[in-house]
Amino acid sequence: MEEGASPRLGHQWVAFAVMVTLLVAAPFVVYPVFLMKALCFALFACAFNLLIGYVGLLSFGHATFLGSAGYITAHAAKVWGWGPATAILAGAAAAGVLGLAVGVLAIRRQGIYFAMTTLALAQMIYFFCLQAPFTHGEDGIQAVPRGRLFGLLDLNHTLTLYFVVLAVFLAGFLIIYRAIHSPFGQVLKAIRENEPRAISLGYKADQYKLIAFVVSTLLAGVAGGTKALVFQLASLTDVHWTMSGEVVLMTLLGGLGTVFGPVVGAFLVITLENYLAQLGAWVTVVQGAIFVVCVLTFRRGVVGELARLIRKPL
Amino acid sequence: MIPILGIPPQALFGQLLIGLINGSFYALLSLGLAVIFGLLNIINFTHGAQYMMGAFVAWFLLQYAGLGYWWALLIAPIVVGALGILLERVMLKRLYGLDHLYGLLLTFGLALIIQGLFRNQFGSSGQPYTLPAQLAGGQNLGFMFLPNYRAWVIGFSLTICLATWFVIERTRLGAYLRAATENPTLVQAFGINVPRMITLTYGFGVSLAALAGVMAAPIYQVNPLMGADLIIVVFAVVVIGGMGSILGSIVTGFGLGIIEGLTKVFYPEASNTVIFVIMVLVLLVKPAGLFGRAQ
Repeated sequence: MEEGASPRLGHQWVAFAVMVTLLVAAPFVVYPVFLMKALCFALFACAFNLLIGYVGLLSFGHATFLGSAGYITAHAAKVWGWGPATAILAGAAAAGVLGLAVGVLAIRRQGIYFAMTTLALAQMIYFFCLQAPFTHGEDGIQAVPRGRLFGLLDLNHTLTLYFVVLAVFLAGFLIIYRAIHSPFGQVLKAIRENEPRAISLGYKADQYKLIAFVVSTLLAGVAGGTKALVFQLASLTDVHWTMSGEVVLMTLLGGLGTVFGPVVGAFLVITLENYLAQLGAWVTVVQGAIFVVCVLTFRRGVVGELARLIRKPL
Repeated sequence: MIPILGIPPQALFGQLLIGLINGSFYALLSLGLAVIFGLLNIINFTHGAQYMMGAFVAWFLLQYAGLGYWWALLIAPIVVGALGILLERVMLKRLYGLDHLYGLLLTFGLALIIQGLFRNQFGSSGQPYTLPAQLAGGQNLGFMFLPNYRAWVIGFSLTICLATWFVIERTRLGAYLRAATENPTLVQAFGINVPRMITLTYGFGVSLAALAGVMAAPIYQVNPLMGADLIIVVFAVVVIGGMGSILGSIVTGFGLGIIEGLTKVFYPEASNTVIFVIMVLVLLVKPAGLFGRAQ
């Protein structure tokens, strides 16, 4: 509706420029590994938001794609000795294939059943990862080599790695931005608003949903693979349902269906966890409380409220 | 004794029994979910936490008030059900006009809070709960040993399930309930207090979960996370059965429990995942679920 004419999106480019400037300057002020973690989750949340924000699909098992891509990337880099770029691509491809399989099954059910189906399938894949030999069960894949990107950039250098991660994040962000503002994205929104109507206009809703699902899982896979290289670790945490809940929280807090919301949400949640880390199970309580507050009183999220304030979509 | 398909019958029937026990819990929990979803259009993610709370209330009663299993069976569902009613009045009722997803997210957040608080208080290890003396021991059936308590769990949960089915499908109250599921506005126009019915329905569904928790306490340990993974399996059960039919929930719950038990005998590696695999197969063959209606 409001996004029909492109000149009116100028403020989004301003916001984008602000974000890029902040992220370029940040590693000189803030601990870079923390920022890289937040960037990986920001990409993950953006990928998730493509589904819930623009197609209205709540995938409650998105950790599957983050975690399994992490495993494949880690395995490729460590056991097969692949370079970082190919290892991340392998992880993303694996997540995409898995996404295709999960998507084909889950899209057969609507609404709330879709959420339950994705959650149950994710739990199945969790048990697979727990038992499969190459994931090393509770230990995970440790000491994953970061390697040299394209044989040139030594990723063991923290700042180099940071800017590579930033580039990966921005590429993913722009792909999603492009997708949302393309005719394809408009059809997705039409399906979200009124699926029978979109179908009656001749759009094959299930195919559109499936494409969006696979794109989202591919990008979640990129985030997972990158995260595995940053932390040099792929573990069960990333495939567990708590991680699926976390990405929902990030997106909800930042603002469902906003372009910048998931990024803001990811940074807020990761910062919060950083401060609460020593409090043990209280982290879960605080996360739950944020869920409750967001759902009851703050459904637009941080960026959504901001956008309402300036009366322009962000 | 003669092995069946290479498996000694004791092992086979033993796992079948465990399967039936798990099936009882699946049936009670998915029944509660289905009843709540029917009227509130909310998937109650807190269900697993409420099951855990039921077990903990039983443990509290024994530990601090000296009240045993039979009292717990009565008091725990009332306490947890009352908390559920409070929850519905204070929070859930604000979400009825919104997308169903918000109900899922809110109850997910509540489950995180409840499980986190219990974990802070009691850690992740379980608290043992002793069997009631009347149900200790067991019967030797010749082909297997049947512990009395397990027979009681199966019998009692089956009774509760069938009673619920009877009330919903065969009584006037149940008729109101089914009518309100179809068209709440019209039912309200006939002078029936639909909001109160919704509140009580949520309380009832939640107390079923608490009841299952009390019954589970002597079998599994009382653990803050006992409901966390279980609820995901129950979701799969609900996807397989579809939430349209009360009897369907019961049959699916018990059936899947048995299948899971048999898998433990014949192919133990898959026992964690067999229910999810069945879910995949059902989605491929009958996307609306075994007992579901196509939307």
